Amino acid sequence: MELKTKINAEDGKHDLTITREFDLPLELLFKAFAEPELVEQWMGTKVLKLESKKHGSYQFETTDPKGKKHGFSGVFHDFIPNQQITRTFEMANTPFGVQLEITKFEKLTGNTSKVNMHTIYESVAQRDEVLKLPFAWGINMAHNRIEELLNSLK
Amino acid sequence: MNLRRDVFQAIADPTRRAILLLVATQTMTAGAIAANFNTARPTVSKHLQILTECELLKQEQDGREIYYHINAKNMKAIADFIEPFRRMWDDRFNKLEEIMKKIDNNSHKL
Repeated sequence: MELKTKINAEDGKHDLTITREFDLPLELLFKAFAEPELVEQWMGTKVLKLESKKHGSYQFETTDPKGKKHGFSGVFHDFIPNQQITRTFEMANTPFGVQLEITKFEKLTGNTSKVNMHTIYESVAQRDEVLKLPFAWGINMAHNRIEELLNSLK
Repeated sequence: MNLRRDVFQAIADPTRRAILLLVATQTMTAGAIAANFNTARPTVSKHLQILTECELLKQEQDGREIYYHINAKNMKAIADFIEPFRRMWDDRFNKLEEIMKKIDNNSHKL
């Protein structure tokens, strides 16, 4: 299947954009960002709090395969239904700092829509560290799989 | 036993990452590479073998010596560290689309 999500992260910059087109009407796409039980499902995280309104705040908690809990939180600077969400985002107990996310929603046709997430980091180094996280997880997973395989051969 | 090796396995090890950095700037013999580490020579040889098997390093025989140099094409594959980040968001958004389509269908039935 074709990967539809595009990332634009230029070298030496402290921001990036994530864009994606959906086979969903704009209202449904936006709903997925606004309602706690929907966010829980597609983000794969527990939603402790989600006040989807201007000056509201949110708190997520994810449990990794080892049972360790990771907290994520931020506040909504702006929340305009079907148009834009401006919020901060921070991972608790990490050196990655706070990031500013400006997410714009756009209607393409009656049944298709588009999302554009512009994320701004405190520094180039912090952006690159966050970008590398899933890469590092990939290495760990590859490592674990190899360990499992080797153990099964013993 | 022939384990299929991939580049992620290769760079999961700090010694192998250090070897790649060394060889990135110049072609070197196994002995010259091993001289940079406190690790036993056979251990370094094992690392070189893994890096060669997953095609991050190329071997070249010159007389009695084997020289190692970097395989630029495959190094580019691991340099593209953005790809897993993109895939993570793509997975999330695929899920979002799937969930919302179901909700849409249900609401039409009501």
